[in-house]
Amino acid sequence: MTGLRILLGAAILGGLGAAAPFTPLWLISLVTLAMSTGLVVCGLIILWRGGLVPFGQALFFATGAYTVALSGRWFGVTDAFLLIALAVTMAALVAFVVGFLLAQYREIFFAMLSLALSMILYGVLVKSETLGSTDGINVAQASFFGMKPRGPGYTFALFWLALGMVFSAWLGVSAYLGSVAGQLAGAIRDNEIRVEYLGISVTRLVHLKLTISAALAGAGGALAALSISHVDPQMAYWTTSGGFVFVTILAGAASVPAAFLGALLFEIVRTIAVALLPGGWQLILGSVLLLTILFVPEGLGSLMIRKRATAPEKGAA
Amino acid sequence: MITVIAIVTDGLVYAAWLFVVAIGLTLIFGVMKILNVAHGAFYAFGAYAAATAIGLYFDRGWPVVGGYLAIATAAIAIGLLMGYILERVFLRRVYGKDEVVVVLITYALFLILEDVLILIWGTDGRSAYQPYTEAGSFTVGGLPLSVYDIGLVGFAALLAIAASYTIKKTTFGRLLTAVIYDRETAAAFGVDVSRVYTVTFLVGAVLGALGGALTAPKISVTPGLGVEVIVLAFAVVAIGGMGSMEGALVGALIVGLFRAGAVHLIPQLELFSIYAVMALVLVFRPQGLFSRAQPRKI
Repeated sequence: MTGLRILLGAAILGGLGAAAPFTPLWLISLVTLAMSTGLVVCGLIILWRGGLVPFGQALFFATGAYTVALSGRWFGVTDAFLLIALAVTMAALVAFVVGFLLAQYREIFFAMLSLALSMILYGVLVKSETLGSTDGINVAQASFFGMKPRGPGYTFALFWLALGMVFSAWLGVSAYLGSVAGQLAGAIRDNEIRVEYLGISVTRLVHLKLTISAALAGAGGALAALSISHVDPQMAYWTTSGGFVFVTILAGAASVPAAFLGALLFEIVRTIAVALLPGGWQLILGSVLLLTILFVPEGLGSLMIRKRATAPEKGAA
Repeated sequence: MITVIAIVTDGLVYAAWLFVVAIGLTLIFGVMKILNVAHGAFYAFGAYAAATAIGLYFDRGWPVVGGYLAIATAAIAIGLLMGYILERVFLRRVYGKDEVVVVLITYALFLILEDVLILIWGTDGRSAYQPYTEAGSFTVGGLPLSVYDIGLVGFAALLAIAASYTIKKTTFGRLLTAVIYDRETAAAFGVDVSRVYTVTFLVGAVLGALGGALTAPKISVTPGLGVEVIVLAFAVVAIGGMGSMEGALVGALIVGLFRAGAVHLIPQLELFSIYAVMALVLVFRPQGLFSRAQPRKI
């Protein structure tokens, strides 16, 4: 990634942040929520490139969200930065532990086992009174370095925080995807055994990818929990995981910005669909997904890339 | 003692139901390599179609026996209709694509069908208890047993025998086995793979709808009942080995008994127990209990 692109990214995000006070609050909340989904999808991209499709990413998403809710309730932690750090750590830790099992599997088995693990968490959350059962728990309003903005100020603060998270995730994930470990993903997808002949442990690499993606999912969950001010077991349900996979398909695994645009598109489609056809938003969502897979199988992000690739050469991209 | 009997009978009834649902799923996966999420929609449509049929039939006061026929007819009709449309219009286009991509197609279809269901039948729940209550019940050792439930277990057992017979002894079954083992070689020997696919998908769809239809009299039929089923059926199929009929039977028994055990002994762990068993089995046998290990491609 060149300095120019980083500058451009920072300028776009900074512009968004500066525009926030002149934007309706509901739109800011929607974008914040979309960014939390985008963070999770960033993690999915890392796995996706290696040919792994987790149908249970909600496990880490919910872990992050519940970490925020419970840290506030049990230990009185209110600082947003600390809460997010805790959520990321917890999600990564869970992934590190289940990774010893999960990293041994590929393809549909990886998908199924990660689904099973997320459903275990769902089962525990639903039945456990201390964890709020089916109703979930409310999340107390967070503070930012001791400041306690309230009302619209809180929404802005969260939005700026989200922008900062998106920026760091973009830099971090792009750096990882460009590194040797990240570049090996395509090779793993094509032929794992050849990668092992290069002297690289694929299992360990998958374990690492899983942990990174879980950390991002935890961050997304934390942001969602703060933004909605509530967590419930639905966050661990397999339809939530399905939503993340949906956005990944929509956006394609080609680039990180596409993940966030895809997430934004997803939230907008969902909002419009719910408003227009209250009983039919799944129908619209399903149709969009179906059309995307059938006609733009590489995702909408691939359209941008293809355009760039067919444009006349202007030096290395 | 009575708890043990209760666990076993409940477990068997639950396993019978799971088996009917899971065998359709595993059949489609075994032959077509499609993990069909839309199976949950077959189930839900089957349940609604049966509930409607039961309502229409019993309102007229016709003999009870015909009611069971009405359930079966409704399920078979809706299963054939949906299976045909889905296979011809959508799946046909994606044969040979990545397994995961096909899963997502069926996931999209499932989302769409969930809402189509609501558009057709509305959001109100329906009850169609007549076949269940009319069948009556008796008590064994102080434990009430419903005749309908026993019939369900019997039906599942018959289904298992019929499936095993069809696959091992009939021409179509042998063609099926050939396709399961190696699609390309089977095609090279002149097996009409495309027809085998269509028939398989239709049979799978009918079985899914039957699973729903047989459950309809026992529950209140409400929207969203397909979601839970599909995840459970996945667990069963994953435990048994994807694509294996014996696996579906054993998986259904394991999940059924474990769940019944959890419900009677530690109700908090009901859902947890099912997936914990699944995770445990997959730790030791990643391909499930009855599946062949795949050779590694170099």
